[in-house]
Amino acid sequence: MATRPSSISRVQACELKGAGFTFTVLKVFDADPERIARQVTRRIQQAPDFFKGAPIVLDLQAVPEGDWDLSALVERLRALDLVPVAVRGADGAHEQQARTLALGVLAEGRPAAGEPRPTVVEATPTTRLVTEPVRSGQQIYAKGDLVVVGPVSHGAELLAEGSIHVYGALRGRALAGLRGDRSARIFCRVLEAELISVAGYYRLAEDVEPALRGQGAQIYLDGENLHVLPL
Amino acid sequence: MARIIVVTSGKGGVGKTTTSAAFGTGLALRGFKTAIVDFDVGLRNLDLIMGCERRVVYDFVNVIQGEATIGQALIRDKRLPNLAVLAASQTRDKDALTQEGVGRVLDDLSREFDYVLCDSPAGIEKGAHLAMYFADDAIVVTNPEVSSVRDSDRVLGLLASKTRHAERQDGKVNEHLIITRYAPKRVSKGEMLSLQDVQDILSIPLLGVIPESPTVLQCSNAGTPVILEDKSEAGQAYGDTVARYLGESRPLRFVEEEKGFLRRLFGG
Ligand SMILES: Nc1ncnc2c1ncn2[C@@H]1O[C@H](COP(=O)(O)OP(=O)(O)O)[C@@H](O)[C@H]1O
Ligand SMILES: [Mg+2]
Repeated sequence: MATRPSSISRVQACELKGAGFTFTVLKVFDADPERIARQVTRRIQQAPDFFKGAPIVLDLQAVPEGDWDLSALVERLRALDLVPVAVRGADGAHEQQARTLALGVLAEGRPAAGEPRPTVVEATPTTRLVTEPVRSGQQIYAKGDLVVVGPVSHGAELLAEGSIHVYGALRGRALAGLRGDRSARIFCRVLEAELISVAGYYRLAEDVEPALRGQGAQIYLDGENLHVLPL
Repeated sequence: MARIIVVTSGKGGVGKTTTSAAFGTGLALRGFKTAIVDFDVGLRNLDLIMGCERRVVYDFVNVIQGEATIGQALIRDKRLPNLAVLAASQTRDKDALTQEGVGRVLDDLSREFDYVLCDSPAGIEKGAHLAMYFADDAIVVTNPEVSSVRDSDRVLGLLASKTRHAERQDGKVNEHLIITRYAPKRVSKGEMLSLQDVQDILSIPLLGVIPESPTVLQCSNAGTPVILEDKSEAGQAYGDTVARYLGESRPLRFVEEEKGFLRRLFGG
């Protein structure tokens, strides 16, 4: 007997489905919640929107064994507007503690058949890697750091909330710290940029010392001054 | 299935049509069944350079709009039996080309030919977009001057994002660079970009360098693809270029400044 899709909702109240999601993983090396919170805070400042309310998985595999309090860490992370949803790689005691804190416990290996399988990404999702040349008329946006392996042409534009690294020649525009991160920097091997900017402070090509053009350079903000230094 | 090659550049007047005619004829000389399609609706001149302008009855737009079959519209070359031209319309406007229609015509041509060359109009608007959309290979034609190189760079960006291969994510358009109208003397005087400069900026493989040569214009006026003029430098350079495309290795020629009479005599 065939059931029309529209009638499903009347018969069933819900449906279980397997789905894959991408989570940010916080790899913990040290059980000191304060140190972790400080580092995470710095990270969040680089891309506040990205992390606000972001579900994260705590990877506890690398924490030295011992008696430490998982709930203190979870509390600190929640105070930073993060939403810890699960742990993995925990020892027996901390697995137990995770359950009491109503966190999920992810299996290290493959989840058993039929279980929803969360996709967990190890790499920091805030670094964007571009391996193709960036051509005139193209615009690349990174929520965190941006790494470009090839050249960036005249008329191309790089925008990053974090820092920008360019291993080919930088001939287009590069704007780092787009949301106001004054500690963001631009690094490039061949500086021929039309415009460079950190946190809204900018310089045009003609304002860059001729001796620095064509050289490897780093660009950073010091107070109100945008410095261009040879690398 | 044919390989579809777009000959494109962004900027006008750099040698796309000259290259389409020479390269297509070169492939036919090597025994491949080759069709060259003029996408420059309203500014048709491929048929002139190929010397078949008096034999155009139906054109690309007629075929797209169902007013003629592909067989009726293809103009078979009188010199080479495995070479054919599909002319652009001189009278219709550019909107007569549709993606669906172009796709159908290229599919038809793919059944009969080994290579289909699409001679792109200048610019980055619809006509240029349709010429590149179905391509497997792209030949980017550039002159050694800043504005031409920048436009080619822009076109390379579009090739990476606005083609069927890019949209379907089923592979990438192979990019090849041909630098035309190269004049070594003007390069050493600093009036033109050098090969190295152009390659630095575009960073795609160099397929060939065609020297600036008065033979090109003479050939266009005579309706002979310059590659058939095998005594000329430009003709030989196109010959090398086709050979490299087919996987043969050929050294670059005609890229050094020719020595003057006295310097030839006394060395240096
Ligand atoms: N290698 C060359 N040497 C001298 N003139 C050339 C060369 N290549 C092209 N030309 C000339 O440049 C002009 C534009 O060429 P064309 O092939 O029509 O360019 P496009 O199709 O890109 O507009 C023509 O007058 C042509 O004769
Ligand atoms: Mg043309």
